[in-house]
Amino acid sequence: MKFTLSWLKRHLDTTATLDEILYALTDLGLEVEGVTDPAARLGAFTLARVQSAEQHPDADRLRVCMVETDEGVKQIVCGAPNARAGITVVLAKPGDYVPGIDVTLSVGKIRGVESHGMMASERELELSDEHDGIIELPSGEVGQTFTDWLAQNAPEKVDPVIEIAITPNRQDALGVRGIARDLAARGLGTMKPVEEHKIAGSYPSPIAVSIDEDTRQDGCEIFAGRLIRGVKNGPSPKWLQDQLRAIGLRPISALVDVTNFFTFDRNRPLHVFDADKVQGNLRIHRATGGETLIGLDEKEYTFAQGQVVISDDTGIESIAGIMGGLATGCTGDTVNVFLEAAVWDRVQIAHTGRALKINSDARYRNERGIDPDYNMQAIEDATAMILELCGGEPSEVVVAGAVPDTARAYELKPARVQSLVGMDIPEAQQRATLEALGFRLEGNMAWVPSWRPDVTGEADLVEEVARVASLTKLEGKPMPRANVGVPAPVMTAAQKREQIARRTAAALGYNECVTYSFIDKASATLFGGGDDATMLANPISSEMSHMRPDLLPGLLQAAARNQARGIMDLALFEVGPAFSGGEPGEQAVAVSGVLIGRNGPKDVHGAARPVDLFDAKADAQAILSALGAPDKAQVMRNGPGWFHPGRHGVICLGPKKQLAVFGELHPRVLREMDVKGPAVAFTIWPAEIPEPKNKTASRGALTLHDLQAVERDFAFVVDTDVEALTLVNAAAGADKALIDSVRVFDEFIGGSLGEGKKSLAITVRLQPTEKTLKEAEIEAVSRKIVEKVVKATGGALRG
Amino acid sequence: MDELRNTYIERIAKAADEAALEDVRLQALGKKGEISLKMRELGRMDPEERKTAGPALNALKDEINSAIAARKVALEDSALDERLKTEWLDVTLPARERRQGTIHPVSQVTEEVTAIFADMGFAVAEGPRIESDWYNFDALNIPGHHPARAEMDTFYMHREEGDARPPFVLRTHTSPVQIRSMEAQGAPIRIICPGGVYRADYDQTHTPMFHQVEGLAIDRDISMANLKWVLEEFFSAYFGTSVKTRFRASHFPFTEPSAEVDIQCSWQDGTVKVGEGDDWLEVLGSGMVHPHVLRSGGIDPDEWQGFAFGMGIDRIAMLKYGIPDLRAFFDSDLRWLRHYGFSALDVPTIRGGLSR
Repeated sequence: MKFTLSWLKRHLDTTATLDEILYALTDLGLEVEGVTDPAARLGAFTLARVQSAEQHPDADRLRVCMVETDEGVKQIVCGAPNARAGITVVLAKPGDYVPGIDVTLSVGKIRGVESHGMMASERELELSDEHDGIIELPSGEVGQTFTDWLAQNAPEKVDPVIEIAITPNRQDALGVRGIARDLAARGLGTMKPVEEHKIAGSYPSPIAVSIDEDTRQDGCEIFAGRLIRGVKNGPSPKWLQDQLRAIGLRPISALVDVTNFFTFDRNRPLHVFDADKVQGNLRIHRATGGETLIGLDEKEYTFAQGQVVISDDTGIESIAGIMGGLATGCTGDTVNVFLEAAVWDRVQIAHTGRALKINSDARYRNERGIDPDYNMQAIEDATAMILELCGGEPSEVVVAGAVPDTARAYELKPARVQSLVGMDIPEAQQRATLEALGFRLEGNMAWVPSWRPDVTGEADLVEEVARVASLTKLEGKPMPRANVGVPAPVMTAAQKREQIARRTAAALGYNECVTYSFIDKASATLFGGGDDATMLANPISSEMSHMRPDLLPGLLQAAARNQARGIMDLALFEVGPAFSGGEPGEQAVAVSGVLIGRNGPKDVHGAARPVDLFDAKADAQAILSALGAPDKAQVMRNGPGWFHPGRHGVICLGPKKQLAVFGELHPRVLREMDVKGPAVAFTIWPAEIPEPKNKTASRGALTLHDLQAVERDFAFVVDTDVEALTLVNAAAGADKALIDSVRVFDEFIGGSLGEGKKSLAITVRLQPTEKTLKEAEIEAVSRKIVEKVVKATGGALRG
Repeated sequence: MDELRNTYIERIAKAADEAALEDVRLQALGKKGEISLKMRELGRMDPEERKTAGPALNALKDEINSAIAARKVALEDSALDERLKTEWLDVTLPARERRQGTIHPVSQVTEEVTAIFADMGFAVAEGPRIESDWYNFDALNIPGHHPARAEMDTFYMHREEGDARPPFVLRTHTSPVQIRSMEAQGAPIRIICPGGVYRADYDQTHTPMFHQVEGLAIDRDISMANLKWVLEEFFSAYFGTSVKTRFRASHFPFTEPSAEVDIQCSWQDGTVKVGEGDDWLEVLGSGMVHPHVLRSGGIDPDEWQGFAFGMGIDRIAMLKYGIPDLRAFFDSDLRWLRHYGFSALDVPTIRGGLSR
């Protein structure tokens, strides 16, 4: 909402400075978004008088002027054709900034002659495009500031323009008078009365108006109109044009400008039809669907069933309360005008406006709510203004529907105000504030003014009192903890897991990313998503069309972007939700990491090598372990299709309880996502990890054995598809009491072993608990280990 | 006896290497060594003679043994010194590379915020990112036609034809978590709800996803003055310097009265410094929870009252850590992650400080 200071002062009698007004507006909740104060950039300039103007010795078109200023007579070189003795000019001195040429002046020499300033043209001061000569003022004294002169002689040129943000509850502040009312309530002046016109019609309106039965409910409350015949619709007067231009509106014609004036002055949209283009009577009704209308913006609109419109005998002529039709719009030739003032259903206006994508000043106001009680006075006031500007002869007013009864009252509870706001606002002040805002108090019942549809309860009264009292004055008051003593932990187990996973991954050398929750359909599809259930109805771009089914596609896209910048070795991770569907709750937190390229830059120690799946496995296991997952988990191979089919594993507790997956990413996925490999990854689902059974902090006793442990190595030749874990589990099962651990330390494939065979070497650690092992006992266990392994794997001890 | 001692001590000192030293040892203490032979003679001596010769010989033997051991160490030392003279590495070569992981500023600041509010008794609540429009709007006093709905640039989920339910939305704020928490817990309640939110807006200063933290405190007599205190405590703790706030009247459908909150700051050469100067920077929206919202959460507004606020985590991260561009938060440029990221061990705590 934009308005000028002079417009505000039409309604507010105030001596407050611009700064005081701006501060109060923001503090009242009418946040100032911008202010243009022409005086600010003209403040330095003063008036001066040219005493003499002589031809420059070395330039035909320049004159050397002696100029009388407030600092004595100065020599100024000037190229303007009108520079001559006796004229009063606007002077810019050395040091002044001249906005139109973006220069800060200094004493200069022009063709060898010193010049101590500049006499400005209108364009140089950004007052207009006029640049044929320097400004010649018809009056004014030497030394007077230019802004003072303008304020007296051309106030519109120094009229500050203020732009404020309007929150949805402050429809009344969409009119300058409403803004003035707030400022007056704050104490920044008093409201000026407005004249309430009463114009008697001299003949019945030849155009009748009606509202269809099905449109009275939730459509149109009241529609009033009158014909004014014999108007002369030319340009509106200069003051009106200046005001409209100042707030960014284009003056069109007196009739249209009058409607715009009421829109911004009183938050009162009106419409004017060219009566000669209206066939028969006006009828407010609902569209049946499919009708079209060319609007005043010359665009064609197609109506849906139920949208409220205004028709004459030939069809739809106006989008009720939103935009008029082009065909019946007023032009310079209009001589008979039909003036409309109506109250529309706010919700209906909002829906229709949104559906037709029209953002007009009328829609903006009608959907937020105008003052219904002003409707019948508005038509009188607007008639008076039209008669004043255009002449003409008004008809009687025709009306369909009735002004809705919005009378309501809420109890003002002064103690409640204090308890909610925490400020000491005396009851008398609370009452005075409400009255200044137009509330009528009967005892403690506050009757809401008709222009405040937003006030719908006691809490709204509190808000009004508090904002006028100024929340800036609010003093903080300590809020004690709900419970005394040491604060209890506040994070849930799931929250702690996220934090632990995140910090463990970072400690393992991964860089945390936060990527968008939505990705493109192709990438989502590669990772098992991309279906319609996870699709956005209104994505911001096709790159962000589907909720991510997994964190990996986002990380791979991040990797591809980094590779495009020449960073080839990456360790990235993310902790966040992945979406299995489009319903609330169809999301689960995942922890994903990718390792790409080498494990580090190539180095003098030869330590750099391509990453492989065992790096991903190690990191996944480290994070799982930090999250409290049990050590003994199975590794299965039924992982998702975006991993290499033979080079991935699923870490699980039983076939249905998957904790994590790790492995090489499928080469096709890497190709599609433009990532240069090698690339390995893991994903962990923290919520799948069972809660620890032991809820106490106690670790249990540490059992240490004093007896010497014995290690024995075995090598087995087995088929290549035999998994090491099968072998290890078989060996460990040979004597659960004695065998402390089994560890694979070598794998050898092919060579002398022949096709399809491999050798796996294990170290078995035996830990006696009661007495030192004798060689015979070790032999016995060894035989049993070999027996178990051979049975489980079909292999043989390597000879 | 003295002569014998002197001879061997001298020989030991002159032994040039371990082999020579071993020779000397054998000559003195070997089976047929001079001292060994003399020891054997002890048996033939009369007891009186033996009384003096015995201890003397034993002492001599010990002395020679010690001298040999000492000489041996000396020889080893000099051999080691010789070897070390030939051993040299270029220590200016780079060390073995070790990857340095980082924590994203959004995560770090979320933990900072959590730590501060936990100390004031606020628990952490969470909710789904895809929400019903009831939780995201209606329950928060934003009915279907409310202009705020259009202004929020809401992302809607696709609806199958024939599914007449209202569309689900990507939550436009963390406020729905207020409702879910009130439903689950009732009053009194103190929570913060950090998390990602979504709005269909993308330009210099907006990204379609960003992060918010919501705060909610409901009790019997909580006022806006308490809110101001809590926020000033928070900002002072967060920025590590005393920060004043300014409340300005505003409007949010879910609070009444509502206030936008500015923090004190100064602008110098385009950079902002919080906690000093005469300027004000708008950082959050807040107010007293609207009775409609309390009722939506199953709480009786005649009995309970309290405040709510919401602020941008990314935004306060930018302010504190001088991060210029919001869009870069979600770009995952490794150079950015390394520069603005935090060490894994920099866990923000009240006792140790929120940041280094």
